Amino acid sequence: MRPRQPVVFWIGFGLIVALLAVAPLVLPVFWRRLLTEILIWGLLAMSSDLLIGYTGMVSFGHSAFFGLGMYGAAAALLSSNPPNLWLALAAGLIAAAVVAAFVAYFSTRLRDIYFAITTLIFSQIFYVIIFTWTSVTGGENGITFDRPPLAIPGLFSQPFTATTLHWFVLAVVTGSYLILRRITQSPFGMVLQSIRENERRTRAVGYAVERYKIVSVMLSGLFAGLAGVLYALQNQFAAPDFVFFVVSGETVIYNVIGGIGTLVGPLAGAGFFLLLREGFSRLFTVKYLAPVGLGGLAGMSYLVPVGLIFIAMVIFLPQGLLGFARRWLNR
Amino acid sequence: MGVSFAHFVIQTLNGIVSGMILALVASGLTLIFGIMDVVNFAHGEFLMLGAYVGVITLAATGSFWLALIAAAGVIAVFGALVYLTTLRPLLGRDPLTTILATFGISLVLQNYALWQFGPVARKIEEPFAGQFTLFYLDYPWYRLIIAGLAGAIIGALWLFLKFGTYGIWIRATTQDRVMAQAMGIPVPWVLTGVFAIGSAMAAASGVLFAPLVGVDHAMGVDWILRAFIVVVVGGMGNLGGSIAAAIFISLLDAYSSLWVSPSQSIIVSFVVLILTLLFRPTGLFAPTPK
Amino acid sequence: MEPLLAVEDIHSYYGKSHILHGISIEVGRGEVVGLLGRNGVGKSTTLKAIAGLVHPNAGRVLFDGQPTIGLPAHRVARLGVGYVPEDRRIFPLLTVTENLRTGLDRHGVSKAKKEELLDKVYQFFPVLAERRRQPGGTLSGGEQQMLAIARAMMLEPKIMLLDEPTEGLMPRMVSQISEIIDVLHRDHVAVLLVEQNVPLTLSACQRIYIIEKGVVRHHAPAAELRVGDPIIHQYLGV
Repeated sequence: MRPRQPVVFWIGFGLIVALLAVAPLVLPVFWRRLLTEILIWGLLAMSSDLLIGYTGMVSFGHSAFFGLGMYGAAAALLSSNPPNLWLALAAGLIAAAVVAAFVAYFSTRLRDIYFAITTLIFSQIFYVIIFTWTSVTGGENGITFDRPPLAIPGLFSQPFTATTLHWFVLAVVTGSYLILRRITQSPFGMVLQSIRENERRTRAVGYAVERYKIVSVMLSGLFAGLAGVLYALQNQFAAPDFVFFVVSGETVIYNVIGGIGTLVGPLAGAGFFLLLREGFSRLFTVKYLAPVGLGGLAGMSYLVPVGLIFIAMVIFLPQGLLGFARRWLNR
Repeated sequence: MGVSFAHFVIQTLNGIVSGMILALVASGLTLIFGIMDVVNFAHGEFLMLGAYVGVITLAATGSFWLALIAAAGVIAVFGALVYLTTLRPLLGRDPLTTILATFGISLVLQNYALWQFGPVARKIEEPFAGQFTLFYLDYPWYRLIIAGLAGAIIGALWLFLKFGTYGIWIRATTQDRVMAQAMGIPVPWVLTGVFAIGSAMAAASGVLFAPLVGVDHAMGVDWILRAFIVVVVGGMGNLGGSIAAAIFISLLDAYSSLWVSPSQSIIVSFVVLILTLLFRPTGLFAPTPK
Repeated sequence: MEPLLAVEDIHSYYGKSHILHGISIEVGRGEVVGLLGRNGVGKSTTLKAIAGLVHPNAGRVLFDGQPTIGLPAHRVARLGVGYVPEDRRIFPLLTVTENLRTGLDRHGVSKAKKEELLDKVYQFFPVLAERRRQPGGTLSGGEQQMLAIARAMMLEPKIMLLDEPTEGLMPRMVSQISEIIDVLHRDHVAVLLVEQNVPLTLSACQRIYIIEKGVVRHHAPAAELRVGDPIIHQYLGV
């Protein structure tokens, strides 16, 4: 009989959601947008956590799922008139699902390193296709499109404001978190974790490991695609850069920094990473550094110190920032 | 759009030239993987940093050869340091943590280079001017020379592994690390040494390749993807296989760019990789399954 | 006269399994000592601990007066410990000569000396001389066993740790192993022999330790024990 999640967790959860909901009303524009972005990347990181943290399969393919979700939504928004939100969601999810099906197939045939490299190659294949198929995808420059209104056909139609879009994103991300949490705590999720711990033993006990892996990849791909759709809605822009494998790599970084196998950890990791990015680009300028005698460091990308932190964490703190709370978060 | 015989021959030559450089890059990667099961994501960045060291040395001394040697030497030491500080503590852990760590190193090195050297590409002059006429083209001698040099370096590596005492140490450690220790072979140093050698080879290929393209912070990324494909298709840890695979993949690349644009021709290599993983995962050119 | 090898009360774990519960044994210079016991009692682990391939959690190992726990295995080998593991583990892709060279190519050994050692080994193992250019993996089981022993001898060790050398060998080869142990003894090389073959062990060794569940249960000169002895029957079931 599993102990029920303490009330503390739900109170904390409620508080955080409330804070995130109120935030756009008080924050200046820039930080509001950043917060929305953090949520979106956080969703991507959560989807990746399902594969890495719970099933134990490192994948660099999330940029492909994300990118296809993004382009799928873009395609729908450009072809429907007036642009339809639900069509965009559906198109994005379907596109991501198709890619996920491919990757899922490979996940059953390849293990570990070979799987990781193959997913990386996959992202690159899509990158190249999108980059060069200029007529359809706009190539290097990407495509822009209008944001659809929040609409239920026949009932009402209300264009998004920055605030209402934030709430929409928050709702989707929160909902996704709750669903993912439910999944990871279900018997299905338990099997995934035992696959991560010891695949051979899990198979020996009688579980059809392949099927679990396939479902895990599909789910992961769907939520990553969802993040891509949200990104498209937020920025009204789709570009091949997001399909480049480095995006997957950064996602994995959020996972590791935040704490794999915790779901919220990766979201926190995304937040940490993005805030550091902003912080560095503001502070690592001559204005602030010169007085301290570190003027020579100006212009250095945030990725250098963040990368070093990441490497240090992989070596010394592999369970990540929230890793210590993993048991508690997963009850 | 017919493909003439001239086109074909020129592309064959091009394919062999890039194939030899790719072989040099991939040999380092596969050597490292074979002995310590580490997939070095940052290998492309050692290539890139080697090219930059070459640029600096060339500017200071005017000698291409010194640049080549300096790049190999400096990056060998640098590689050893990176290994000792970040990879050695991770040996024996989940192999995927080394992928993450080397990915992190790759990011750090790329952005460090971007900050240190700026976004504008540098150029290294070809050390030999002069072309010969091949059909309708003036084909530069230099290209054939770098292919030869790359081949020479790989040949030297092969001889070293086959005959020297240290070569035996490396091969023994690759085959059975525990028994190598029991035979008095200082395995920790062998591992460091191999990582240094692999890095030096990447650096050398960076300098050799630099006159063909510009030297910039992102030049390693393309190579690492191709090198991964080669190492998998050739058989992880299989040196001869990697070399054969490198030439094979580069020729495929060169021929397919007769029909599609160069940036798309890499898809052909990707497809080969996927087919290999599906049907002969130990490698197309590997003699026996490991 | 202090012993060449002194293992004092070592404990070793494999994960949560407590394998060695305080083993203590001694081997004098040039002595041939046997470790008898059933499968899984910790005989191999003891040898690995002496060779430095396994680090005991407690206790001491003194070789030639020097504490060896915590030393990397390659240093222990260089001190003069030759290890021949249970499954031979010769380097499959190296030729016979190259296998021998892994032990032969050491600092401080002159070229002449290396030639001498190589010649000696090829004289003693003519089969290996015949196959010197063949990859180790193509040799038969018995030939691999000889190669594994010869390889360790290239280190000019003071002690040879032999882990079940007769396992899986034909009877004819078993007597060859006996001969090899004799030669080592004549060359004043100590031998620590782990075996399940009782007759061989009793005839080749001077002293016997009997091990059960990670501790020494009985210790006697080989002369006091016979095949079929009730003590042997009690601990080995034969």
